[in-house]
Amino acid sequence: MEDAFIFAVLTLNATVRVATPLILCSMAGLFSERSGVIDISLEGKMLGAAFIAASVAAATGSPWLALAAGIATAVFLALLHGFACITHHGNQVVSGVALNILMSGLTVVLGIAWFHRGGQTPSLESSERFMPISLPLADVLADVPVLGTLYGRLISGHNLLVYVAFLAVPLAWWVLYRTRFGLRLRAVGENPKAVDTAGISVAWLRYRAVLICGLLTGIAGTYLSIANNAAFVRDMTAGQGYIALAALIFGKWRPWTAFGACLLFGLLNAVAIRLQGVPIPGIGEVPVVFIQALPYVLTVVLLAGFIGKAVAPKAIGEPYMKES
Amino acid sequence: MVTKIGGEDAVVTPEGEPPPAAIELRGINKTFGTVRANNDVSMAVRAGAIHGIVGENGAGKSTLMSILYGFYSADSGVIRVGGKPVAIRSPNDAIAAGIGMVHQHFMLVDNFTVLENVMMGAESGPLLRESIQKARGALINLAEEYGLHVDPDAVIADLPVGALQRVEILKALYRDARILILDEPTGVLTPQEAVQLFRILSALKERGVTVILITHKLGEVMAITDSVSVMRRGQMVAERATAETSAEELAELMVGRKLKAGVSRQTKNVGDPALIVEGLSLRDRYGVARIDDIGFELRAGEILGIAGVSGNGQSELLEVLSGITPMTAGRIVVEGREVNVAKPARPDEMRALRLAHVPEDRQRRGMVTAFTARESSILGYQRDSAFNGPLFMDYAAIDGHCRDLMERFDVRPPLPDIVSSKMSGGNQQKLILAREIDRDPKVLLVGQPTRGVDIGAIEFIHQQLCDLRDRGCAILLVSVELDEILALSDRILVMFEGRIVGETPVEEADRSLLGLMMTNAHQGATSANTEPVA
Repeated sequence: MEDAFIFAVLTLNATVRVATPLILCSMAGLFSERSGVIDISLEGKMLGAAFIAASVAAATGSPWLALAAGIATAVFLALLHGFACITHHGNQVVSGVALNILMSGLTVVLGIAWFHRGGQTPSLESSERFMPISLPLADVLADVPVLGTLYGRLISGHNLLVYVAFLAVPLAWWVLYRTRFGLRLRAVGENPKAVDTAGISVAWLRYRAVLICGLLTGIAGTYLSIANNAAFVRDMTAGQGYIALAALIFGKWRPWTAFGACLLFGLLNAVAIRLQGVPIPGIGEVPVVFIQALPYVLTVVLLAGFIGKAVAPKAIGEPYMKES
Repeated sequence: MVTKIGGEDAVVTPEGEPPPAAIELRGINKTFGTVRANNDVSMAVRAGAIHGIVGENGAGKSTLMSILYGFYSADSGVIRVGGKPVAIRSPNDAIAAGIGMVHQHFMLVDNFTVLENVMMGAESGPLLRESIQKARGALINLAEEYGLHVDPDAVIADLPVGALQRVEILKALYRDARILILDEPTGVLTPQEAVQLFRILSALKERGVTVILITHKLGEVMAITDSVSVMRRGQMVAERATAETSAEELAELMVGRKLKAGVSRQTKNVGDPALIVEGLSLRDRYGVARIDDIGFELRAGEILGIAGVSGNGQSELLEVLSGITPMTAGRIVVEGREVNVAKPARPDEMRALRLAHVPEDRQRRGMVTAFTARESSILGYQRDSAFNGPLFMDYAAIDGHCRDLMERFDVRPPLPDIVSSKMSGGNQQKLILAREIDRDPKVLLVGQPTRGVDIGAIEFIHQQLCDLRDRGCAILLVSVELDEILALSDRILVMFEGRIVGETPVEEADRSLLGLMMTNAHQGATSANTEPVA
């Protein structure tokens, strides 16, 4: 019984760590897509930010400078996407795919050129990373049964960026539904012409949305390379940007439901990691590849059949032009 | 902000001089490529007047209004509001100058509430709570003052068009508009809703708001405006006090030539039923009846008009009768052939039974806009041996056929090579009508024959339909324009929610009663409390 409880807490703890970049990217995608700009380049932005953050951390030793550099990288890429899609009415999917391919190659090329380690960045010391922090009272409560374990091992003991991700959700909800900016943002993704005729700049609204998207993917990338890991490894995002996008659709473009979807994907991944090498009663030991594929298979199944119709923002993917 | 509309801030002027116009345009020019959309346009509207702007499609009305609302900037010219020159470079500038606009296609966010739509862009602060309170209070005041009643918390997607239009007017008034521009406001309204709109416009006028009404319905212009400007080919060709002009004069000014008085109607020569419809029903995939147990006979030599507010099953009726959508119950008999659920007929089979169809949505169903006129002129009949050689299509024959149609039906420009999308709506429609009439049909189904078509072309199309009827064809005419139904039909059916709720010969037709039937309000209501619009 005690073992099962610890196992569950540890699995949930892993869930939180796996879900963090998904949550940040989902919220990033939420802002971009609710404004009408499809963002398939969450993946590329996160990868770029992860690489630059790890490089800056290795060069300067400061995780804070690394975070700033990671955010700056993703914001720059977001602006590039905005310039192509908002200013020049380009195809949003094409622009996003281009960014993904560009980042996948450029991070490796620059990594080899700078560090000569086959695309990897040097391993970082603890002082160069965002390390787990103990929340107040974690030690005091450690001996309290159940509650102490939950608080100490699940809620406390994560790095700063994890808490940022979990705070991003209520914040995104508040911005979207309680502020003037949020009202206009939701409107511009539904009917940009209504926004334009109300005397509001469609382009500036969408640029602000992609800027926020850049900020959040920047944090997500930084988390991957210098908080959850201690170096950048080539293609370390491993499709998480796409999973985050799936979670956003799964969550019907709403902050709390998208958050729930991210946690679900996180949980599936955490369970998959824990099940590796463990014999399942009646089946025996399942090959690792099957376990690793499980979250993705379930994603497809869930997306295909279980969420009903996800209604996208009406103007998503359509460049806004006055004449049309 | 709301109370300011009362009009106590009248412009102070020196003794004896007339007050400056609420809005004045001088020498506005706007060119798109080689087209002069606005050519030296000047106009002045007195404060507190209702001013009409009439003109055919493409006359430059919409361009002018887009310039006034800051969508386009003029190449040259001056705009003065209340005597002061203003630069309008964006809708924001227009709103700041007190200009509000109700667009023909509503500029509303479908999944927002009325309140959210009204306050968007005019919020009182960065947080919504305060804005919502303020907008709610203002909406209640405006509703009282002008009779603009709408539930502030209703979601736009759930509201009927009449209410949506009120929301648009509320949006403008909430932004302190002193000049309200309405673009074709009655196109989507029932006669009753239109009467209600005109009451609102009168209330606005009483409180000193200047109203500019862009329309092609001359009856409305005569009924509610104080003055009217006529545009033709980018130029302002006339300005009249409404009391000193007539609908006939305005029509001639718009078209630039004399129009014939109505369509000629020969004595009726109604023959045998050409199309019999019994118990016809269509359920959509959710099980909702789009057409509900409809039956009628259409006789050779008559035009049967189907009146109704858009979306009450007329479109579906045309699709089922033409064979595009299979029915879910009932039967159709045409040319002795029975069509029912067990024995459906495809559109090409219906065509072979000499049942022709001029679809409502001419650009999607009537032609392929990317095709040349030559290709569009044979669509549906492309397998005809006249157009085909042993292996390839006979383009010389098709070309000759298209030229012949273009000449007989006055399609301009008469160039078979022109891409269909480059033709005006009226000429596209004439080409489609020509294609179908040329096959000498026994039954012709026509949907919205003159939607988005110039007055000159409307006259021509109406005449063609009447001539065809006189030659013994049975015509089923579906139109949301009651004027058109009344002008052409011999008999009128009214559709409401998929059912036929009324039938009347045209001689006994009564506008207001038809209007009530169209909203199914005729039972219990008397026709005395609504007045004819025109």
